[in-house]
Amino acid sequence: MLSSQSNRSRLARIPALGVRALALVSLSILLMILDHRDNHLDAARRAIGAAVYPLQVVVDAPTRFWVWIRDTGATRNELRLQNSRLSAERLLTNARLQRFTALEAENARLRELLEARRQVRGEVRIAEIMAVDANPYRHNLVIAIGQQDGVYDGQALVDVNGVVGQVVEVGLMTAQAILISDPDHALPVEVSRNGLRTVAFGTGEFDRLDLPFLPNNADIREGDLLVTSGLGGAFPSGYPVAVVTNVTRLPQEPFADVTATPAAALNQVREVMLIWSASPTVETTDEADD
Amino acid sequence: MISARASRHTPAIVTVLLALMLTLVPLPENLAPFRPDWVVLILIYWAMTAPGDYNVGSAFVIGILLDVAQGTLLGQHALALCVIVYITIKFHLLMRVFPLLQLTATVFALLTLYQFLLFWINGVAAVTAPTIGYWAPVITGAIVWPFLSMFLSGVRFRAQTKG
Repeated sequence: MLSSQSNRSRLARIPALGVRALALVSLSILLMILDHRDNHLDAARRAIGAAVYPLQVVVDAPTRFWVWIRDTGATRNELRLQNSRLSAERLLTNARLQRFTALEAENARLRELLEARRQVRGEVRIAEIMAVDANPYRHNLVIAIGQQDGVYDGQALVDVNGVVGQVVEVGLMTAQAILISDPDHALPVEVSRNGLRTVAFGTGEFDRLDLPFLPNNADIREGDLLVTSGLGGAFPSGYPVAVVTNVTRLPQEPFADVTATPAAALNQVREVMLIWSASPTVETTDEADD
Repeated sequence: MISARASRHTPAIVTVLLALMLTLVPLPENLAPFRPDWVVLILIYWAMTAPGDYNVGSAFVIGILLDVAQGTLLGQHALALCVIVYITIKFHLLMRVFPLLQLTATVFALLTLYQFLLFWINGVAAVTAPTIGYWAPVITGAIVWPFLSMFLSGVRFRAQTKG
């Protein structure tokens, strides 16, 4: 009884609840406009993100602990098996890499003959994904490295099989990325068989991308591999994206109905690789100088 | 003085932090759309029972944290939470005497409004419209509300008798 009375007297001391609510609502609208128009608020976001970081670490901790238990609990035999499997894999990869080095040198030579721009080889770094569910209505993930490690907006993420997504928001120690399957994501791709260029859109399903802009007579068939075309500047060219699974051509429709399955296991990855490539703005100024 | 203040606010702060964590905890892909809006539920409870302590200001701060954690427009959740807490405080005396069923129906309406505000802002900002599953948290939220409010009443009672 006493407490509810003191509550009421405290409530009476709030100058005017309506005025306060109105002021805060207008403030949020102002913030949203600033945030939506240009990225004026990136620094503020980063500062607040530092406050959210401990929460993310705590939420991620059980998964991390489980992985740690599993790793330390692995028996000697399991480790030996894994070791021999990895050594064999490494041998195979190295053998393939030897050929790749020769091919790369040849490619550079040919490009020089054609006087084409040399392809930039990106630096790569592995980043761990935090077991944090950011937003159920978007396909995104949080990675455990951020501005401190030189992550930048729009950076490409790949896993061992193909393109995963790109960074959309850089915090101090974490970064958020959206997956190529997010309905708001579009990725310039080309068919590796014949160089046909198009755009792959996310659908909101982890195992399906849409290619809506291919005319009925386009040379594309099931099983074609789609790779990044490098147009648009965000992704370096030549990374596998998806395999075409279905091509439906209806004579009455102007465009064919083409869907593809992402090469990367988008909802199962635990680690991704970030690619540092020359940013598009730098490229354009280079060309202007030339 | 300060420690007394701190202990009075401890239950609310701890439960809000827990709600933020529950919002971030990864769920299986087919369960994720059904996650209740924990933060709104907790804020409705504290705004209803202690409107002098927790009002639109706290809702705004927590909303901004939620915006950064979820990567939405800065101010989106803040606006929605402010509106919900404002309505709750306006009607808190009425809501306190509601029987549980009626109170749950009120919370259902508040959750619908909250989800609609977020939906509307997404529409204005041209974020792709989500599927019908977008409205699932309203239903799961109303289902967990009776249990949550009983649990929180227990927490509050214990904190009061102790302090």
